[in-house]
Amino acid sequence: MSEATALFIKNARLQGEATDILVQEGIIAAVGKKGSVECPGDAEQYDAGGALALPSLIDAHVHLREPGFEWKEDIASGLTAASFGGFGAVMAMGNTNPVNDKAAVTCLMLDKAKASHPHGPKLYPIGALTVGLGGEQLAPLRELADAGCVAFSNDGKPVANSEIFRRGMEYAGMWDRTVIDHCEDPFLSAKSHMNEGPVSGRMGVRGQPTTAEALHVARDILLSEYLDIPVHLAHISCRQSVELIIWAKNRGLKVTAETCPHFLHFDETLLNGYNTNAKINPPLRSAKDVAYLRKALTDGVFDMLVTDHAPHAAHEKETALDEAPQGIIGLETALPLTWKLVEEGIIDEKKLIALWKDGPAGIFKLPAAAIKQGNAADIVLFDPDMEWEVGPETLHSKSFNTPLLGQTLKGKVSRHWLGGRRIV
Amino acid sequence: MENTCIWPHKDYIDVNQLTPELANYLMDLAEQFRQVNNRQVKKVPTLRGRSVVLFFSEDSTRTRTSFDMAGKRLSCDTFALGKSGSSLNKGESLKDTALTLQAMNPDVIVIRHSSSGAPKFLADRLGCSIINAGDGWHGHPTQALLDLFTLRRRWNGEFKDKELLIVGDIAHSRVARSNVDLLTMMGVKVHIFGPSTLMPAGVETWPVTVHKKFKEALEGKDAIMCLRLQQERMRGGLLPDLSEYSNTFCLTPELLRLAKPGCLVMHPGPIMRGMDLSAEIADSVESTILEQVNAGVATRMALLMALCTRNGQEISE
Repeated sequence: MSEATALFIKNARLQGEATDILVQEGIIAAVGKKGSVECPGDAEQYDAGGALALPSLIDAHVHLREPGFEWKEDIASGLTAASFGGFGAVMAMGNTNPVNDKAAVTCLMLDKAKASHPHGPKLYPIGALTVGLGGEQLAPLRELADAGCVAFSNDGKPVANSEIFRRGMEYAGMWDRTVIDHCEDPFLSAKSHMNEGPVSGRMGVRGQPTTAEALHVARDILLSEYLDIPVHLAHISCRQSVELIIWAKNRGLKVTAETCPHFLHFDETLLNGYNTNAKINPPLRSAKDVAYLRKALTDGVFDMLVTDHAPHAAHEKETALDEAPQGIIGLETALPLTWKLVEEGIIDEKKLIALWKDGPAGIFKLPAAAIKQGNAADIVLFDPDMEWEVGPETLHSKSFNTPLLGQTLKGKVSRHWLGGRRIV
Repeated sequence: MENTCIWPHKDYIDVNQLTPELANYLMDLAEQFRQVNNRQVKKVPTLRGRSVVLFFSEDSTRTRTSFDMAGKRLSCDTFALGKSGSSLNKGESLKDTALTLQAMNPDVIVIRHSSSGAPKFLADRLGCSIINAGDGWHGHPTQALLDLFTLRRRWNGEFKDKELLIVGDIAHSRVARSNVDLLTMMGVKVHIFGPSTLMPAGVETWPVTVHKKFKEALEGKDAIMCLRLQQERMRGGLLPDLSEYSNTFCLTPELLRLAKPGCLVMHPGPIMRGMDLSAEIADSVESTILEQVNAGVATRMALLMALCTRNGQEISE
């Protein structure tokens, strides 16, 4: 629909209340209890049928694979997947080919996004912290920031050298950008394919200990305290790390952290049978870690949820476990999986929205959607009871590497508008 | 052979597919083949016209030869394919190599692969039978069968409450994993001992007794299974050096005296004299090393026979 037309969304559920929303010229003109908002005669009507109305969400950690790995995903397909996942904005990591360590790459990414999705979802590139993600020389962070990078990270290739990492934090801070760290000691995790523990021991697969992650979490926390510079810890997967983050937060340090839906639902036993669609990095951990992370989410330890959407083509995943690449997709399964946390009483709806929107918006200084009068009409309708089978026919990503492949999932985005334009 | 085949599986990937009944069935069959192997004419026409591909993408001499011999003695045609001679070196994926092999209609593919789970990957996709001849650190289920067969002969079929110690690099050993499971299933009490850096993650959940002292580990044992130390373990800080290993973990006659009199000494080979076990022990009457090799051909004949005649498939005799 064009922005000029009025849209009347009736019978949506906003924070538990049956609500009607009137959108005019892309702006939310009125929001109110069901029946309290007048519907203009020329407005297009949409009956939400009791679906949840959510503000468009932000995913602060995705891999869109362009440039360089377009057979896995490209910016166009990735943004489409994002819109169907309920995301109005995504932050894309820089482990592309070439790596996003030059303004030219950043600009290419932004141009591609603008061309394929001129009205959103928005793409916010994350610049490489070091040249080529090599971990040895700082990337031109000012150039990247000017080109549009909203944060810096060496995600995918952890920085082994703490001196380089320290300097990266300092220099990024100068340009008002936070460093997002993929916490992993590359020596402890060398050649690993899953979590280290009884499951890997029985399967005969080299595992990585949770300490590989926690060691760099500790390093980053201590550097953040010492330098008084913020640091953001990516895809936290285990109890050891969470305990350190609690310590840091209790001291009031500028440390923020994210975890992913899969770490709150799946454990290492999914790898049994050498399931490459459960192979990710950091790896799925023990059931105890999952339980601990869920509790930490309830307790407010995490500042945001992210998907770490990491597409790989089916032929790349269809091989032996130790030959398969790491990563699973997440954009389109994120909301159903995390809505489940609301149903299970781990978090409430308000907290869910905060974790998917206000957390990343605050830390990375991005605009955040809100369903209130006068705001842009960035609205997601999520039907929590709609069941769908996860597979190539239902997913919009180019890849379907997820442990949920073939399973029935409950909850789906039924409509999504950005600035009043329907994108789903 | 007069037996009715009770083998139910398309493949043999993991010892967990066995039951005591199936293991005994295979060993009874192997006993018959062992006698065939002692005759002057060692070939039977049982599986004439069947073809077996030996797909060994990782170095192996004895296991491949053993399968080759087992197949030929059953009158199968065997075809060897190594990694250097295969398209895997040209970038062909495991899946495509497997599909290519399948298209040639073999009855059985015997696979040795450096990736744990590779045989299962093939078994899930191919219609022919797959035998796991060793995958990564995961399993070596035919080695476990031949070890069981060797012990059965030495122990006159009595497994219950026998005490067996596995010594060495357990973490990287597919032989250890398969033997722990199969021997435990048969009633043997399994103990393990080795450098703490070479213990598998989560070993406390295994059905074994883990020992920290070699001497204590040896006490009262009916059999010791030594594993081969791979030289590459010296890299990456897992072990200091060879002499330290030899002085600390090599099974010597002096140490062996701590076990029960007549304690058997096993080794999957290839042995490293003076490293895994001393030369005197390797050559002693307690050593079963060569019997294990001998048992390998008979048990693999039994397995090929079981796979090829399951579901009442025709035998040419």
